[in-house]
Amino acid sequence: MLLIHCPYCKMARPELEFRYGGEAHVPRGTDPATTTDAQWAEFLYLRSNPKGLHVERWRHTHGCGRFFNAVRNTMSDAFLTTYKAGAPKPDVTQLSDEVLP
Amino acid sequence: MSGAFRTPVGGRIERGAQLRFTFDGATYFGCAGDTLASALLANGVHLVGRSFKYHRPRGILAAGAEEPNALVTVRRDAARSTPNLRATQVELYDGLSAESQNRWPSLAFDVGGINDRMPSSLLSAGFYYKTFMGPGQAWAKLYEPAIRRAAGLGRAPHLPDPDHYTQRHAHCDVLIVGGGGAGLAAALAASETGRRVILCDEQSELGGGLLSERSATIDGQSASGWATETAAQLAARPNVTVLPRTQAFGYYAQNFVALGERITEHLAAPLHNTPRERLWKVRAKHVILAAGAIERPLVFPDNDRPGIMLASATQTFANRYGVKAGSRAVVFAADATGFAVARDLHDNGVVIASIISPNPREALADAARTDGFTVHTSSVIIGSQGLRRVSGACIGTLEADGRVTAFATLPCDLIAMAGGWTPNVNLASQSRGTLRFDEARQIFVPGVAVQAQLSVGSCNGTFELAAALAEGARAGAAAIGETAARAFVIRGGTTAVGGMHGAVPHPFDARKVKAFVDFQNDVTAKDIQLAVQEGFHSIEHVKRYTTSGMATDQGKTSNMNALAIAAEALRRPIPQVGLTTFRAPYTPVTLGLFAGHARGLAFDPVRQTPTHAWAAANGAVFEDVGQWQRARYFPRAGETMHRAVARECRVVRSAVGLFDASTLGKIEVVGPDAAEFLNRLYTNAWSKLEVGRARYGLMLNEAGFIIDDGVIGRLADDRFHVTTTTGGAARVMAHMEDYVQTEFPELKVWLTSTTEQWATFAVQGPLARQVVAPLIEGIDIAAMPHMSLREGRICGVPVRLFRVSFTGELGFEINVPAGFGHAIWHSLWASGKAHGMAAYGTEAMHILRAEKGYIIIGQDTDGTVTPDDAGLGHRSQQTRFRRPAGYAAARPGCAGPQAVGWPADDRPDGRAR
Repeated sequence: MLLIHCPYCKMARPELEFRYGGEAHVPRGTDPATTTDAQWAEFLYLRSNPKGLHVERWRHTHGCGRFFNAVRNTMSDAFLTTYKAGAPKPDVTQLSDEVLP
Repeated sequence: MSGAFRTPVGGRIERGAQLRFTFDGATYFGCAGDTLASALLANGVHLVGRSFKYHRPRGILAAGAEEPNALVTVRRDAARSTPNLRATQVELYDGLSAESQNRWPSLAFDVGGINDRMPSSLLSAGFYYKTFMGPGQAWAKLYEPAIRRAAGLGRAPHLPDPDHYTQRHAHCDVLIVGGGGAGLAAALAASETGRRVILCDEQSELGGGLLSERSATIDGQSASGWATETAAQLAARPNVTVLPRTQAFGYYAQNFVALGERITEHLAAPLHNTPRERLWKVRAKHVILAAGAIERPLVFPDNDRPGIMLASATQTFANRYGVKAGSRAVVFAADATGFAVARDLHDNGVVIASIISPNPREALADAARTDGFTVHTSSVIIGSQGLRRVSGACIGTLEADGRVTAFATLPCDLIAMAGGWTPNVNLASQSRGTLRFDEARQIFVPGVAVQAQLSVGSCNGTFELAAALAEGARAGAAAIGETAARAFVIRGGTTAVGGMHGAVPHPFDARKVKAFVDFQNDVTAKDIQLAVQEGFHSIEHVKRYTTSGMATDQGKTSNMNALAIAAEALRRPIPQVGLTTFRAPYTPVTLGLFAGHARGLAFDPVRQTPTHAWAAANGAVFEDVGQWQRARYFPRAGETMHRAVARECRVVRSAVGLFDASTLGKIEVVGPDAAEFLNRLYTNAWSKLEVGRARYGLMLNEAGFIIDDGVIGRLADDRFHVTTTTGGAARVMAHMEDYVQTEFPELKVWLTSTTEQWATFAVQGPLARQVVAPLIEGIDIAAMPHMSLREGRICGVPVRLFRVSFTGELGFEINVPAGFGHAIWHSLWASGKAHGMAAYGTEAMHILRAEKGYIIIGQDTDGTVTPDDAGLGHRSQQTRFRRPAGYAAARPGCAGPQAVGWPADDRPDGRAR
């Protein structure tokens, strides 16, 4: 079971309190009339699915209820950082691959 | 007397405490401190099981968790019967009753043994895949059930498990897995300064291999004496939790380790309120693995007869349990352990017929000869004799040119195999650390750890006792940030050096002999060679094709030999072929341990509405809708479901019906931007909805598919009462929260789930107004238009009254604080009596809705239905921001099924017209 650091509660809590929310920073188009089917399908279904660092959404469902973003290594499950929703995507190349305290 | 094969003195058993037990119905006696395996061997019982595929007679191979053969069912009563337990781990108690498995009609005479005499091409690697193909469903219906009957493990009891299981979390600075020498030394060092330490070991007593050690001394004490004293010292420290009988079976991310503690398994009469097992969910800052090593069997033809055992096991049985595994032994010593074992067996009164060493000349052989042992060097065992017990060992000579020539057959009733030691890297690998191949010693040892974790002692390839203890002490100190090293003075003892991998050479036709690699799954050297020959070049494929390493023991004694044979067949070095992946659990775990208390009523919450007791008293038949229990229909005496439902529908259509809709999800959406928020989440517009009016809302996901619906009423400019489907309440709330928080953070809107706060009753039918009006204060009910809501009082209680129809009739939905629900229901019921009102359930509600063409989310939709498909396209309005709703509107749905109203049969017999 993972320990996940909630950036709102400012503490590491067990995975059971959280719900995974898919890849983060996937931009939503604004005007459906000018969106092609291919663009829309890409937004709906195509994700990066990397082996390595993944930027993803989590919700502290059974805690503060807030959505936030995280960078996780999909190979080791190590969380490199978590940050509040709305904050810019971090430069993953600058993050060291170590487990959060 | 507790067995004819008991040594006169020695061992850690309590010779005075005699325990009675049965095996396959026969009564035997053992001692306190015995395992089932040691007690059986003390009574001369070696035949304990039949093999998986060939039904060959099998005996006890090992003395610990790695045992592949001696799987037994231990039965306390009809419900408490545990199959597939390793007899080497079952602690003996008075009255224990054990049975062998996979034999019919009896262990001594097993019909399935005919499999062993079939031509060798049958039942070889991939036999199932090649033979039992087609036609059609023959595998699932015919072959598989038959094979499962013939090739079997034990059977689970059919009764519910009457025991209970518990779970707990634990946090510590240092978790030490394994209480052998290295683990004890690590625990001592780690607990020196008061840090929290947990030390677990799967056996009843700490000490590991030290408990089987006769010659070595630690700091002037006997090895086992040092272990006992150290264990006592640790137990006395308040910061140390010592967990015997506790298997660390899974190692997960961030140093989360799962331990299974057996609490009552060793007791003759467990108290009924004591949990049987406890799951420890340990989060450790540092983990020290001291899991030990496992001795390898030697892969020679017919190496599986009862009486052929691991050398270290015969040593453990002799030194720790005071049991002679035989009277006359041949020791196949591919490493130094074999020579030490021969001496220990000799000292315990076992005649050593010969020590067989594959090496041409070595100092150990010379020393053994000096002490009077017969040693055959440059020799191997090439076969065995015997039926249900080994009676002789066939010896071959290794010639200079690599050939093997048969030399002699030595009568014996015990063959001790010392093939060398394999570090137990299972947990280290589970922790996702890398493994490194030690070329010189041909073993895998832990490489780079990816978590705060260290391996010490023989699981790290450190076989020498002094070095293992020092390594443990060093790791224990390092884990708490200390550097103090401690040296231990060791005298005597043996260090494992040497060993052999893969198949032992022999002079026979390889296709006609069975040299077992994986005892539990009956995989032979030939099977692995055949798999490679047939094109399986990845070790993972070889494993699955041959099933080597796939039994309940997960190849603890077989993986390295299988790998070596595959590597030789592939002509590639061992590290290039690689190991298969280690996975949890290390040893089998009961399902009860995972379930804990979450079973029966505690498995999932049951939600009941405020009228549940009334409905039950009035004969309701309930159905489960998610966690909710809802009244499905209210049959009268002698009424079938069809008649009851038809009657309920008729009453609603012709008079008035009362329905408990409290399970509907309710969300209070509040804030200056509440209307704009709903605009974006539902397909239709909400900004212009007047206060006091309600509207049907349809919710879509980003792909434009319907995910929920419900009536939404506007209580004020900035306040909406949103209803959702029963099953969708939590999902819709989460969906809305997601958009509020992440997509539209600029909107000022606040969401509150109020499902549990409101009891909701639908009064539906032409006479609905007459039933409701007399109870209402402060609302002009006659002036309420369709799809409107008012706040007022009912029977003095605050009410949100909707004029809305669930079923297409005139109807009201009465929302009252849930605490008053039961009382208001009674008042409505009393008020409706004069009008012939009946309670109706979900079944009638579905029919009434279907007649009007109202969709039911989750029944008429399946996640692939668009508003157009559902005939609701006209409700979707395109506005600039309204996506996902807008997207669907911009792209008319494909011509799918269309929902239409359909009059249901209302004839009392329910038959089709």
